[in-house]
Amino acid sequence: MIQYTVRRLLSSVPVLLGILVVTFTLARLIPGDPCKAMLGEKATPEVCERFERKFGLDKPIPVQFGIFTANVLRGDLGNSIRFSKPVTIILVERLPTTIELSMAALAIAIMVGIPAGIISAMRHNSPVDVATMVGANLGVSMPVFWLGLMLAYLFALVLRDTPFWLPPSGRLTAGLSATPFYEVYNIALAPESTAFHVAEFFANLYILNSIITKNWVVLVDAIKHLILPAVALSTIPMAIIARMTRSSLLEVLGLDYIRAARAKGVPRLQLIVNHALRNALLPVVTIIGLSLGGLLGGAVLTETIFGLSGVGRILFEAITARDYPIIQAFTLVIAVGYVLINLFVDLSYSYLDPRVRLD
Amino acid sequence: MTTADTFQPVLESLDAEAITTPSESLWRATLRRLLRRSSAVVGLIILGTLLLMAIFAPLIAPYDPEQVLIGIEDVRRREKPCIHLLGCPEDRPQHIMGLDGNVRDLFSRVIYGSRFSLFIGFATVGFAIVVGTFLGATAGFFGGWIDNVIMRIMDVLLAFPALLLAIAIVAVLGPGLINALLAIGIVSIPSYARVMRASVLTVKEQDFIAAERALGASTLRILISNVMPNALTPLVVQGTLGFATAILDAAALSFLGLGAQPPTPEWGSMLGTERNQIFTSPHLVFFPGLMITLTVLGFNLLGDGLRDALDPRLARRSG
Repeated sequence: MIQYTVRRLLSSVPVLLGILVVTFTLARLIPGDPCKAMLGEKATPEVCERFERKFGLDKPIPVQFGIFTANVLRGDLGNSIRFSKPVTIILVERLPTTIELSMAALAIAIMVGIPAGIISAMRHNSPVDVATMVGANLGVSMPVFWLGLMLAYLFALVLRDTPFWLPPSGRLTAGLSATPFYEVYNIALAPESTAFHVAEFFANLYILNSIITKNWVVLVDAIKHLILPAVALSTIPMAIIARMTRSSLLEVLGLDYIRAARAKGVPRLQLIVNHALRNALLPVVTIIGLSLGGLLGGAVLTETIFGLSGVGRILFEAITARDYPIIQAFTLVIAVGYVLINLFVDLSYSYLDPRVRLD
Repeated sequence: MTTADTFQPVLESLDAEAITTPSESLWRATLRRLLRRSSAVVGLIILGTLLLMAIFAPLIAPYDPEQVLIGIEDVRRREKPCIHLLGCPEDRPQHIMGLDGNVRDLFSRVIYGSRFSLFIGFATVGFAIVVGTFLGATAGFFGGWIDNVIMRIMDVLLAFPALLLAIAIVAVLGPGLINALLAIGIVSIPSYARVMRASVLTVKEQDFIAAERALGASTLRILISNVMPNALTPLVVQGTLGFATAILDAAALSFLGLGAQPPTPEWGSMLGTERNQIFTSPHLVFFPGLMITLTVLGFNLLGDGLRDALDPRLARRSG
């Protein structure tokens, strides 16, 4: 197991190196001059020269790549040209928004998708099954941005005077603020220290922070703000999970050991939960891992629609503003996260199915 | 009991016609199985309608999709849909999907939009299939370091969420429909390369390939006439489902302002330019989005149906 993990990690190295090259190259290939993009078209050559020297843009490209790689390995992702502060700080501010959104979407997708798939498989070819599959087909076919806008229209405008009203944008109602847990519990942290940034990262996960600080008003408000974007983002993975659960469970239900268990008189629900589901979940886990990439792509769109300043949104803005360090760092973080998630999915196989020998 | 007696009942039970007539071709059998699945038929109907809409757009659309109607008719910006049959006064000009922010007939724009979505699908999937199968076939057939280099590059491409990579590529190439298509095409190459490589690997060690080689067939000939047909099934399925993804991604890029540029009547761009009007003129967002959904649904249904029809083993499994 440990040996396999190490080998898998090592085999990820060329891919990670490739990611590094691609992110660096893509950022450099984006046409336009970062100096003009940042300081305006009227920036004089002298000003631009100083600007380029400041951000190391005057050095040859291979040297820039070498510096970039060395810095990344030391955990230094550079300074944002646009915000004039370290990219890591911006990550600490923005990443929690996207993590909260994607996790909520994934949780909804799993909590609805798997039961829907199970019910569909148990009532194979019944109206319930047909309805679920029609719903799943619609779910994978709807553009996230369209669904998001329609949900916002329905819940923020049409239902505005009902208890079902939900806010169409932002993370918290104006005037509310989530006091960081380290302030509430008087945890002394040296400003600008790593511990401080880590604490701030977790404090920016509003839902987690408000649970820790027992601030129920903020918790309810944060959840209300999260529902619409998370539901919009969850439909595609939800539909994929439901379909996969159904077809995988149907396959397992046709196997001999299930027939034997049924002959033995195992109650139907117990048969599904204890006997069939464990085997049927393997491909579902793969699909969940794979859909995380789609979630991050969808997050760009969802964040745009619901006015959330997460990773997706800032990455999109950075591309338009040619803020190289941000583009590099954020695509790098996303791609590395994706590679690690897939590694985790592979490793989880052996837990779910001991027949899968990791060697 | 003689041997003949033993076989007699078996022979009688067989349909005489089935023995004498040659078995139907793969494609006819596939089509027959496809038409038996109601979901695939729904998909075919949706896509057929869409195709007719694209071909006969000038006949169906009551207005030119880019014509600004201000001064021509007594209409206002973003006017709500007016359908005479549903009680809209007869003296008002009929616009069944209303008017957009530039006072153009939305219905006409939506109709013309079908041309773009089909074009987007064909262009990206065509590009990705050609490049992907070439890379996959090369990797699978030659193996060794060639395989390693090609597939590691594919792994790197797959390590990025598709839409984010497409956004980055469009940023490099510059916004515009063709660049957006190229970006989506590039992003979808790895899936075709993988499918093709897997097919080549399963076929290349088989005896009939060795026989071909012994007969003096060139590598290219073997690839085209022996390996390709065996890889066709998964490629057709992947391609049909790829249409759906390509259309969704292209719409997303246009929505973000990176794809088709106004005044092009492309659904994603129409939706993107009016997205801030969602609370005042929801029809401008609703109709283009509905068309994207239906088109993507059509390709998804057809793709699923094709997969089941081309591979009976899978059909049984997914029941």
